[in-house]
Amino acid sequence: MPVPPGLVIAQQLPDLLLPPKLRRGVLGFLRSNPTVAIGGALLICLALIGIFAPYLGTVDPTALAPAKRLRAPSADFWFGTDLLGRDIYSRVLYGARVSLAVGLSVALLASLAGLAIGLVSGFVRLADSIIMRFMDGLMSIPPILLAVALMALTRGSVGNVIMAITIAEIPRVSRLVRGVVLSLRDQPYVDAATASGTRTPMIILRHILPNTLAPMLVQATYVCASAMIVESILSFIGAGTPPTIPSWGNIMAEGRALWQIKPYIVFFPAAFLSVTVLAVNLLGDGLRDALDPRMAKSL
Amino acid sequence: MALLEVQNLQTHFRTPEGINRAVDGVSFHIEEGETLAIVGESGCGKSVTAMSLMRLIPEPPGKIAGSVRFQGRDLLQLSEREMRDIRGNDISMIFQEPMTSLNPVLTVGRQIGETLRMHQGFDKQAAEARALEMLTLVGIPEPARRMREYPHQLSGGMRQRVMIAISLACSPKLLIADEPTTALDVTIQAQILQLMLDLKRRVGAAVILITHDLGVVAEIAERVMVMYAGRKVEEAPVVELFRSPRHPYTQGLLGAVPKLGSSLTGSARRLAEIPGQVPSLKQRIDGCAFAGRCPLATDLCREVAPGLEEKGPRHIAACHYAAKAAAAA
Repeated sequence: MPVPPGLVIAQQLPDLLLPPKLRRGVLGFLRSNPTVAIGGALLICLALIGIFAPYLGTVDPTALAPAKRLRAPSADFWFGTDLLGRDIYSRVLYGARVSLAVGLSVALLASLAGLAIGLVSGFVRLADSIIMRFMDGLMSIPPILLAVALMALTRGSVGNVIMAITIAEIPRVSRLVRGVVLSLRDQPYVDAATASGTRTPMIILRHILPNTLAPMLVQATYVCASAMIVESILSFIGAGTPPTIPSWGNIMAEGRALWQIKPYIVFFPAAFLSVTVLAVNLLGDGLRDALDPRMAKSL
Repeated sequence: MALLEVQNLQTHFRTPEGINRAVDGVSFHIEEGETLAIVGESGCGKSVTAMSLMRLIPEPPGKIAGSVRFQGRDLLQLSEREMRDIRGNDISMIFQEPMTSLNPVLTVGRQIGETLRMHQGFDKQAAEARALEMLTLVGIPEPARRMREYPHQLSGGMRQRVMIAISLACSPKLLIADEPTTALDVTIQAQILQLMLDLKRRVGAAVILITHDLGVVAEIAERVMVMYAGRKVEEAPVVELFRSPRHPYTQGLLGAVPKLGSSLTGSARRLAEIPGQVPSLKQRIDGCAFAGRCPLATDLCREVAPGLEEKGPRHIAACHYAAKAAAAA
């Protein structure tokens, strides 16, 4: 078509941006969320260390060798030995099992229980006021104190530690779930589902539950981190894991008296604990940023 | 027999400040395949009327009374279970907010299929096939791909198309559309309305259209019911209502529609409005609810509530001075 005089055809402008590279699948998700990748990788490493502790050049972590006690870190004893001559390297590696087991179990159990309680109190008005007052009561006791008190009722074992910390963590999770449920109940799509004849259990299952999972998952990582710290504290003050099972808390407790002359006894378990908690928190922060409900596809 | 016959519907809410009479004795009916528009300004009880028909008002604090006969059965007497079978199957509803009326974590196809599986006993494959068909029917391009997408990947107009697909999937007898186009921009509004009309004819559904947009009413309704302060004040076939409104409130509404080209010429430089505000529904109103804002109001209006009277062919209005109002218009 001829161009009339006085008119200029607009020229094609170059695109401002390069064509996007579509990142799909788990790898794509990890590449666009490096925090999750780093936290997750660290955590997986620690889990592998815990699982494969017997094959990583360790000796029996409970074997006493009074002749070799309080050796500084060396080629034979990588992290040194403690007051009773036990190999700290082996003890720290086996200790990872306790910390991770407690952290993960508490996160799982507290999430499940909190989810159930939160859903009930978000949906049943009568139950809500009763349950939430009870939870307020539990929350008014510092979690560590509550866990110590609960441990005082039973004998020290990893299972009891998990139960005690779980009970102390449940109120936080159930409050979160309840809040999310209350806000979701007023969402138009829940009304729309009711208007198309969906039954209440189905609404909870299809419309409420999936939308609580993202905030739940994030909260679960924080619960996990907090549980590992509480476990160490309990072991440290002697109210948690029994001394026969090495855990980072009781290794530190035993090294405490010698802190000024033999700092490595405390240093290694403390370093592992810090790195583990850091990894879990990184994972949590990354997930929080990534798991906007609109990113649900990445799940 | 009419498809839906509403008699003296009352929906009240208990609030700390008193009883809110959101709907106060409304009666109307709708024939099969008919389009009835309910108009009125915000807070006049349009949406509450719609929610009451579906029994979606939480009780307490709400309370619904009167009768809502749908195909001869009084919906207000049914059990919750029987009511669930009707919702989404015989009567379905489209909401105002397409942005939030879809569940963000379920795919579009899944959400359309859900009602079918629930009410019509479709299995997964059949529901999926029908969902695809519905998406094609509501004019969504690349339906097979859109099926697997999540609501946030669709625009507002497309989401409302999906809502329409969901609401019509079970071929309901009655579709209640509560301001279906309010949240959409004008060009999309026209498309959505056209689509609703087309599909309504195809499915053979009656439509109750709730809106405050008189342009929409003129375009698609057959009959119009005007509500004010929880009561019906006028009802007439659409042409009749636009040609000779009898109630001063209806006249005010029609007068408040801006007309192209007239805004900056002549004396009417300001947009026309109805002075004053809707009265609080928490006090019982003795006389005509519109008296405080009505140019024709007298002491009679303030003391005695006017009844609905036949003012023309199939035309009823509740005004003591309907004749005078008609003459003034």
